[in-house]
Amino acid sequence: MTWRMRGLAAGGVLAAAVTVSVVAAATEAEDHAADEIRRYRQMLEDGNPAELMEMKGEALWREARGPKGASLEACDLGLGPGVVAGAYAQLPRFFADTGRVQDTESRLVSCMVALQGFASAEATRDWYRPGSDLEALVTYVATQSKGAPIRVPVSHPEEARLLAAGGELFFRRSGPLDFSCATCHSQDQRRIRLQDLPNFLNPADARASMVTWPAYRVSQSAVWTMERRLIDCVRQMRWPEPAFGSEAIVALQVWLQHQGEGGELQSPGIKR
Amino acid sequence: MSVRRRLSGLVALTMLASSSMAGAAGSLTEAIVREAFATATPEEWRDRLAQDDAQALCSQHRNQPPPEVAAQILESQRATVRLPEDGRLMGDWRAGEKLAGIGTGGHIGRIQPDPPGRAKGGNCYACHVMAPGEVAAGNIGPTLTGYGRLRGNTPEMQRYTYEKIHNAQAFFPCSHMPRFGHNGWLSPKEIADLVAFLLDPESSVNAGR
Repeated sequence: MTWRMRGLAAGGVLAAAVTVSVVAAATEAEDHAADEIRRYRQMLEDGNPAELMEMKGEALWREARGPKGASLEACDLGLGPGVVAGAYAQLPRFFADTGRVQDTESRLVSCMVALQGFASAEATRDWYRPGSDLEALVTYVATQSKGAPIRVPVSHPEEARLLAAGGELFFRRSGPLDFSCATCHSQDQRRIRLQDLPNFLNPADARASMVTWPAYRVSQSAVWTMERRLIDCVRQMRWPEPAFGSEAIVALQVWLQHQGEGGELQSPGIKR
Repeated sequence: MSVRRRLSGLVALTMLASSSMAGAAGSLTEAIVREAFATATPEEWRDRLAQDDAQALCSQHRNQPPPEVAAQILESQRATVRLPEDGRLMGDWRAGEKLAGIGTGGHIGRIQPDPPGRAKGGNCYACHVMAPGEVAAGNIGPTLTGYGRLRGNTPEMQRYTYEKIHNAQAFFPCSHMPRFGHNGWLSPKEIADLVAFLLDPESSVNAGR
């Protein structure tokens, strides 16, 4: 896998570039670091390590597994049974069979339970560990939406309810640091340390961010799905860990995807 | 410190649910929040999820409270400000400089919690440019380079700076800045060290240029 070797070499370049930048003046350093990350992304464009996850995910999608010995090929991700192309761009959405608005992660779990006979706890076990089955499946599904515009449906009453709730949750402050999502993500051109922060109240920023998920994270050596991203944001806010697939996490995604509507997916992205 | 925050999570939640202040808007999400954090302990609810008045009002108004609400928050938050019992507002600027760079502490959950006893700091550099030598500084808050050089370190300025770090919302309702003293995140001594980091003429914040 030569692309993987290139990825490791590029990691060294990035590390060196970041080390050098620390001794430079503030603005120069920021520009420099941003340039290096851009260059690093370009180098990896024809070989994002996330491709390994995509391949694993496709194999998991097609393989007969679980107590029922079935594949996921009949799974309905919202565009009809077995239709993967473009599905991620229109998730989360309401599903009549479960009576819930579901994101890619929770929908895949529903299919693993209904089609393959897995217990829910089994399907979600270690979902957050690098290389997990869910990480791979989400990467595969999202990659099949590359180039598709984000367009989440909000016409069903349940979708509309979660859209409204997601907007409220974005601003919900609590905890020992008084944080909400809006603390870091409601102003243009802001950074934590040197990390650029998207302003999700600004549609251009929201689009630019949402089209890059799920993303291979160099610092984590893993693909992070949107649930992984959001649950880690909640951890950084010093809140307890929200349940995987919970309505709160789905509602935030409905709102974020809605803010990023029209952006053409580039999944999988690559990030620091 | 605040008595309000020491209420049990359940009591606080009941108060929130029945409070007219929270309004219809807030109640839409609170049921969703309860479901998402069903496994949180009562202590976690109390300290990390239940909202006090300022948090609830700032959430409801999306950090842009109308004037009368802003005045209400200002008044309630001013009433919480406590100066250190020993009266020392300026501590050790080097200790403050260290605290300004510490962003760890207080993370919980099973995925990536902090190990017990992990140092907790002010993490000022996440949001503020401070000493010119530290280039990895964020910009959610204003630049504080030369803070003391520009303002002096009179007793009034010491007091203002201490109170601002203790409870930013006693000055700016719904400020993004954590209420470090009010919420018990930093001790009075730690806040005094940060005041010194900002105001001491010898501090790296005020050195050079």
